[in-house]
Amino acid sequence: MWRAITTILWKDLKIELQTKEAFGASFVFSLMVLVIFNFTLDLTTEEALKMGAGFLWIAFAFGGVLALNRSFALERDENCVQGLQLMPVDRGGIYLGKCLANVIFMLITEIILLPLFAVFFNVDITGRPLYLFAVLFLGSVGFSSVGTLFSAIAVHTRMREVILPILLLPITIPILIAAVEATAYAFGADTDPSFWFRLLLVYDVIFVTVSFLTFGYILQE
Amino acid sequence: MNTRKDTMGTALVALTLVAMMVSLYMVFLYAPREATMGDVQRIFYFHVPSAWVAFFAFFLVFVFSLVYLARSNKRWDTLAAACAEIGVLFCTLVLITGPIWAKPVWGVWWTWDARLTLTLVLWLIYVAYLMLRHYMTDPERRATFAAVLGVIGFLDVPLVYFSIRWWRTQHPQPVMAGGEGSGLEAPMLATLLVCIATFTLLFFTLLRHRLRLQSLRDEVDTLQDRLEQAG
Repeated sequence: MWRAITTILWKDLKIELQTKEAFGASFVFSLMVLVIFNFTLDLTTEEALKMGAGFLWIAFAFGGVLALNRSFALERDENCVQGLQLMPVDRGGIYLGKCLANVIFMLITEIILLPLFAVFFNVDITGRPLYLFAVLFLGSVGFSSVGTLFSAIAVHTRMREVILPILLLPITIPILIAAVEATAYAFGADTDPSFWFRLLLVYDVIFVTVSFLTFGYILQE
Repeated sequence: MNTRKDTMGTALVALTLVAMMVSLYMVFLYAPREATMGDVQRIFYFHVPSAWVAFFAFFLVFVFSLVYLARSNKRWDTLAAACAEIGVLFCTLVLITGPIWAKPVWGVWWTWDARLTLTLVLWLIYVAYLMLRHYMTDPERRATFAAVLGVIGFLDVPLVYFSIRWWRTQHPQPVMAGGEGSGLEAPMLATLLVCIATFTLLFFTLLRHRLRLQSLRDEVDTLQDRLEQAG
C-alpha cells in the first residue's frame, strides 16, 4: 500500500515537473479570477479584507478544478488507466497517491497566489501564518479528496472537462464554507478560530474515507 | 410480453386519482383560511408534500445505489435512476412553490436560510447526477459511477445542512424566517397529512410508470439487436 502511494505520487510529480501543465493551467486561471474580481467589484481595502478569504477560495476552487481534470485526463491520453487497473496493488493506494499529488499541486498554486493577492488587494496575510498554512492544507485535502474521485469519473464521460465542476462544486460546499471562515480568521476577521478549523478537519476525514472506500468501484475494468 | 393486464398499476392510478380529488377538496374547501397569511397559505399543502417526496426519493436513490454497489444487479440501477428523476421533479416543484409563498408572506422571493439553501444544493447535486448518467454510454460503468455519486450525494446532505446553519448563525439574517408548522390547527394538520399521503401515492405511480417505460425500452433494444443479427 505504502509503495503504491509513493510510486503514483512520484510518477505524477515527475510528469508535472517536466510538463508543468497542471500548475500552469490552474495558476494562470486562478490569477485571472482575482484580476476579474478586481475589475468587477472595485473594492476598498476594508471590503477586500472582509471578502478576501471568499475570493481566494473561489480562485483556488476554480483553478483546482482545472488541475483535477488534468489528473486523470493524463491517464486516459496514453491509455494508462488500463495500466493502473492492472497494477497488482490495492486500489486505495492508487487513490491516495493521486489525491496526495493533487493536494500538492493545489498547495503550490495557493502559496504562489497568496502574496500576489496580498499585493493586489492590499490585505495583510502575515497575521497568523501557521494557522493560515494549516487551513490551506486542510481545505486542499478536502477539495482534492472528492475531486480526485470525480476526476476518475469525469474522464469516462462524453463531456469530460465540463462535468467535473458540475459534480464537484455542489458536493464540496461544506468544505468551502469552513475553509473560507477559517481563512477569514487568519486574515484577522472576528470568526471562531477553532470551530471552523475542527469542522474542516472532520469534513476532511469524512470525504477522504468515503472517496477511499468507493474508488475501487471507479477503477474497475 | 407486456400485453398482460397490469391490474396493480391500474389500481394504483385509480387510488392516486381518488386521493387527489380528496386532497383538492380538503385543501380548498375543508381546511380553514389562515388568519394572517390568507389564502396564499394553501400552497403549503403542495409545498411541504413535494419536499417530503423529494427527500424520500433522494433517500431511495442512496439506498438503491448502495444495494447496486453490493449486488451489481441492473434492476437497482434502474430504480435509483427513476427515483432520482422523480426526486428532481418534486425538488423543482418545491423551489417553485416556495418563492410564490415567500413573496407575499416574507416580502422576498428568496432567503439564504438553511432549509432553502439545502433544497437548492440538493437540486444541483441530483441534476448533476442525471447529467452524469446522460453523458455516459457504457451501461455498466454508468450504473457504477452513478451509484457512487448517489451515495456521496446523500451523505453530503447533513454536512451541507449543518454548515449552512452554523454559517448563518455568524451572519446577519435578511428576513425573519419564523418556523411555520408550529401549532397547526387540527383540520390543517389533517389536510397536510392527507396531501402527504397523496403525493406519496403519486410518487409510487410515477415510479411504476418510469420502470415500465424502462423495461419497454430494454425490450425494444433487445429486439433491435436480434433484428440486426438476423438481417
